[in-house]
Amino acid sequence: MTEPLLRLEGLSKSYGALRVTDDVSLDLRPGELHAVIGPNGAGKTTLVHQISGLARSDRGRVLFAGRDVTRLSMAERVRLGLARSFQIISVLPAFTALENVAVAVQARSGSSFRFLRPARRDDALNAPALALLERFGLAHRAGVPAALLSYGEKRQLELAVALATAPSLLILDEPLAGTSHDESRGVVEILRALKGEITILLIEHDMEAVFALADRVSVLVYGKVVATGDPATIRADPQVRAAYLGEEAA
Amino acid sequence: MAAATPAIRSPTASPRDWLVPLVLFALLAAVPLLAKLGPEGFILSLMTRVVVVALAAMSLDLLIGYGGLVSFGHAAFLGIGAYAVGILSSHGIEEAGPQLAAAIGGSVLFALASGVIALRTQGVYFIMITLAFGQMLFFLATALSGYGGDDGMTLPGRSLLFDRPWLKGDAALYWVSLAVLGAAYLGLRRVTASRFGRVLRGLKENEIRMEAVGFEAFRYRLVAYALAGAVAGVAGFLLANLSGFVSPAVMSWQRSGDLIFVVVLGGLGSLHGAILGAAAFLLAEEVLSHYLEHWRLVFGPLLVLAVLFARGGLVGIGRGRGA
Ligand SMILES: Nc1ncnc2c1ncn2[C@@H]1O[C@H](COP(=O)(O)OP(=O)(O)O)[C@@H](O)[C@H]1O
Ligand SMILES: [Mg+2]
Repeated sequence: MTEPLLRLEGLSKSYGALRVTDDVSLDLRPGELHAVIGPNGAGKTTLVHQISGLARSDRGRVLFAGRDVTRLSMAERVRLGLARSFQIISVLPAFTALENVAVAVQARSGSSFRFLRPARRDDALNAPALALLERFGLAHRAGVPAALLSYGEKRQLELAVALATAPSLLILDEPLAGTSHDESRGVVEILRALKGEITILLIEHDMEAVFALADRVSVLVYGKVVATGDPATIRADPQVRAAYLGEEAA
Repeated sequence: MAAATPAIRSPTASPRDWLVPLVLFALLAAVPLLAKLGPEGFILSLMTRVVVVALAAMSLDLLIGYGGLVSFGHAAFLGIGAYAVGILSSHGIEEAGPQLAAAIGGSVLFALASGVIALRTQGVYFIMITLAFGQMLFFLATALSGYGGDDGMTLPGRSLLFDRPWLKGDAALYWVSLAVLGAAYLGLRRVTASRFGRVLRGLKENEIRMEAVGFEAFRYRLVAYALAGAVAGVAGFLLANLSGFVSPAVMSWQRSGDLIFVVVLGGLGSLHGAILGAAAFLLAEEVLSHYLEHWRLVFGPLLVLAVLFARGGLVGIGRGRGA
């Protein structure tokens, strides 16, 4: 068996008396698209925060590419290739779409302690940024401040920004939430194209997308992983049907 | 329409970006000539004060306007710069070079030491802790009995340049101050547009977003804090030379408050707004105190009205609405 790219060992986190994630252990194989599903409030976003370094874990370890990153900051983890998107949209509102991506390219290309050359006219940053915008069909919006983009466009912009950091692992927290049908089809196509190129941990509510894209699926309920397996197995698992798909029907 | 063209070369310096600053500097350059028409010494000294306060406020704009860091202790750097002149000249070192080196070095050290702590906090805590550091330095200065303590000290004369009293004339000091302001303006304009400046602006917009692409907020803010401190330290050097006197009052918290007010009044995040703000603030103070005994009673409400009605500051008025 190949070494996992990401290994979670007994991750737990509580907010007060509420145990939000509870002894989560999970391996991500290099190149796989691994989906995490679970009802609202199951602790999915908290788990993403723990993996990305935005929230400290009470217990457990995060190993990325064989290295213990549990104590590293979010920025340090990103620089190692562990990028994430946010369930609640997070962009730089006054920056143009192009600059939102260019600043992410800048983060991985040389020092940012450069004080004299104008960054906006740096083609070494703009060209890769524009290429990413093109990939998401956003090139014609390059000069528009992010605050003025539509909700769906902002979601796509966030994906472009995450990809601009050149990650080997991309964690996406509900990237389809709030996008139109067309936009979400576009994003699914992009994820399909990324599959195999980079490893993806996908948190998503859209079951159609999850079962179409995922190599494996894990189910999180009340902060615990109750099942992990290929999509067909998960779909058939009685425990999953009761705990999760059941709730969907309710 | 404009959105239809991909902005790979996004808006380069438009003439408008340079128009107002050029006019401002041209006006400032005309001051020594115009001063001859009136009480020359008084006008020059008042306008030097405007230039020096603008310099300090401009450096504060780097922190507040570009970095979102509301420092309430910026006058501390004025104090460090002024005391560098006072202390060194009381030991017979009247040369500007070493005095400036001490002003800048002391400011950078103080910025790094206090910034390491203050920049771990956010929002109102940052305001309070920068205020606390400023007060700490203020009380330290009052305790320096060898250097005048509470009362401060009178300088033997203006700083020397290459052993010569180049700064002695009022016009000379004005020109030097204006040259420093011009250099600071050009330098800070480059810095804010650079890679570094972009990170600083991004952190103001959305810190978590910036950390999620790999930037460690603290490092960039600390460097900005030190840079702003260094510039304000130079302003302190000039201020000491202007007033010929150094006392703890230069770094009182009221001074820090004035500086914040000047940048907000002028318009945050524009750099040249600091010049407008300093001019408006000091001239209003001068005029009111000349005609009214209880001028402070009028000045306070005027400041409030100015902030309320000039949203985006004085620079914003020219643009129609704050940009
Ligand atoms: N910062 C926080 N403070 C307190 N409670 C929180 C915090 N973040 C999340 N929670 C709680 O933890 C639970 C799990 O939240 P979350 O991780 O967002 O779940 P999911 O993403 O699966 O919907 C919820 O009950 C939520 O209210
Ligand atoms: Mg969530």
